[in-house]
Amino acid sequence: MWAYIGRRVLQAAPVLLGISIITFVLIYYLPADPARMYAGPSATVETVERIRHRLGLDQPLWVQYTRYMERVLQGDLGFSYRKQTAVTELILNRIPYTLALTFGGVLVELIIGLPVGIASAVARGRWMDRLGMFIALLGVSAPPFWLGLLLLYWLGFRVPIFPLGGAGSLAHLVLPALTAGLGGAAWYARMMRSSTLDILSTDYVRTARAKGLSTRGTIIRHVLPNALNPIITMAGMDIPWFIGGVVLVERVFDWPGLGRLAVEAIETVDVPLILGTVIVTSIIVVFSGILIDVVQALADPRIRHSRLAASG
Amino acid sequence: MTVTQLDPSREERSETSAANLTAPYVERAPVEVGYFARVWRRLRRDRSAMVGGVLVALIVAAALLAEILAPYDPAEQFRDGLTPDGQPVPSTLMDGRARFLLGTDANGRDLLSRILHGARVSLLVGVLANALAVTIGTLIGSVAGYFGGRLETLLMRFTEIMMAFPTLLLAMTLVAILKPSVWIIIVVIGAVYWTWIARVVYGQVVALRDRDFVTAARALGAGRRFILFRHILPQLVPTIIVWGTLGIATNVMIEASLSYLGIGVQPPTPSWGGMIQQGQSFYRTAPWLVIFPGLSIMTTVFAFNLLGDGLRDALDPVQSGKL
Repeated sequence: MWAYIGRRVLQAAPVLLGISIITFVLIYYLPADPARMYAGPSATVETVERIRHRLGLDQPLWVQYTRYMERVLQGDLGFSYRKQTAVTELILNRIPYTLALTFGGVLVELIIGLPVGIASAVARGRWMDRLGMFIALLGVSAPPFWLGLLLLYWLGFRVPIFPLGGAGSLAHLVLPALTAGLGGAAWYARMMRSSTLDILSTDYVRTARAKGLSTRGTIIRHVLPNALNPIITMAGMDIPWFIGGVVLVERVFDWPGLGRLAVEAIETVDVPLILGTVIVTSIIVVFSGILIDVVQALADPRIRHSRLAASG
Repeated sequence: MTVTQLDPSREERSETSAANLTAPYVERAPVEVGYFARVWRRLRRDRSAMVGGVLVALIVAAALLAEILAPYDPAEQFRDGLTPDGQPVPSTLMDGRARFLLGTDANGRDLLSRILHGARVSLLVGVLANALAVTIGTLIGSVAGYFGGRLETLLMRFTEIMMAFPTLLLAMTLVAILKPSVWIIIVVIGAVYWTWIARVVYGQVVALRDRDFVTAARALGAGRRFILFRHILPQLVPTIIVWGTLGIATNVMIEASLSYLGIGVQPPTPSWGGMIQQGQSFYRTAPWLVIFPGLSIMTTVFAFNLLGDGLRDALDPVQSGKL
């Protein structure tokens, strides 16, 4: 298992390298002048040029890139022009909030999505199935920031149960987590329904039913373990989108996470901060992908054996 | 991955009419014609797909006829469009007729007119960005899948890197660098969204390239490009149609998200996401500023999703389990 994990981490290195190069090149061609941003609007031309030289911005692209990567590998993501703080520090402060929101969102996805999907499959073709799938398709189609504002209006303002934004307590997390998770829940419900239907039509389920196993028993003993695999695969493909959703949710609820930081960085053309947030979120995406592959291998002995064989 | 097959035999049997029961199978019309005729027949029987299709037609009509349908100029600021203390006016009836059917926004502009005009931007971006994404994705996926070798490794590695970018963040960065305009947004969304299509197409082409009909064509001396365009790409048509529809839904959503974050379509051009962003600070006193543009986004995305799901079932009933 460890050999497999090690191999996956090594495979991730070129992907991350590619991401850093693409982002760096994109930002290099940014029309805004980072030295001027750093110096401020009232600085003289000489000051700007001195800063440009000091920051190494007068160097060719590849020199700037290798210097940047040398520092990144030592954990130094540079210095934010606008916030006058180390980028690493800014990002580290935000990560716990984004992780809390992600965790809450995924919990909402699973707690709502999986049971609805199973119930729909069991009641296939009946009104409950149709209603469930209709709502699920609406949920997939609703913009998350809009859902968030509706939740804020009804559960924060009209019926003041939850705070109107910000962070600090568990109550602050409820609405953002619901918003981040509802769209995904609808998606998982659809996936879970079709995967449950596939499993319900297999021979081993027919055999189980024939020997007298109840519907509930069939679901717990046969459907859940077998449906897990495609669901985990889905989760892996979902991550980059989920993080996109988190960016929007953080904006709606003024949640002080990584996504908000990224939006602020892009709005103020804070080059080191843009680079830092894009690279760190990409690292999170890539490593969540590895984590999901590992979880999948642990959950499914067939995959575990084939992957172990490949890495041995 | 299972391959989409244009296999006529299954449904052919069930739909054979009494008149040609005696006719031998081989004398039927060419497969292509029959295939799409049957797809259309299946689609027409699918009630939710038809609802989606009708909704899509209505939304397209609303966008095309916005000039005629909109009661007012979307940019006109009405003096009676704001309350005496400068607040947006809700939908109210005056002399049995609505002055502003959906109310006004914070600048005293008619919300309904702005929503109708907003449909133009949403559809324009959704359709064109998706056309671009499908083109790039099909090209990269099929070239990588068919030619194989070093090209395959290179292209699929690149796809993998692009997939690891958080989609929305990448789009935001690109738009911010290139300065937001409708055309830039179309290009950027197309440039970040093609990866999914490339992966799907790649999987199908890899499964197709060693099939007997490809080997037969090669044995007859057909060139690689000829085989790719004449034998492989036509097999991908169902996939392209399905993604060409479902992708519009996703791209309408991405455009709305970018505009909501203020990095998308810029005022004064009315866009649904931008309208929600501007209405957000009034959501307590004037919730309609958020509710109606959001409903428009949801209905549009919903309609394309319904139609796309229906098309997938109709184009490939075997794989989607409806047969």
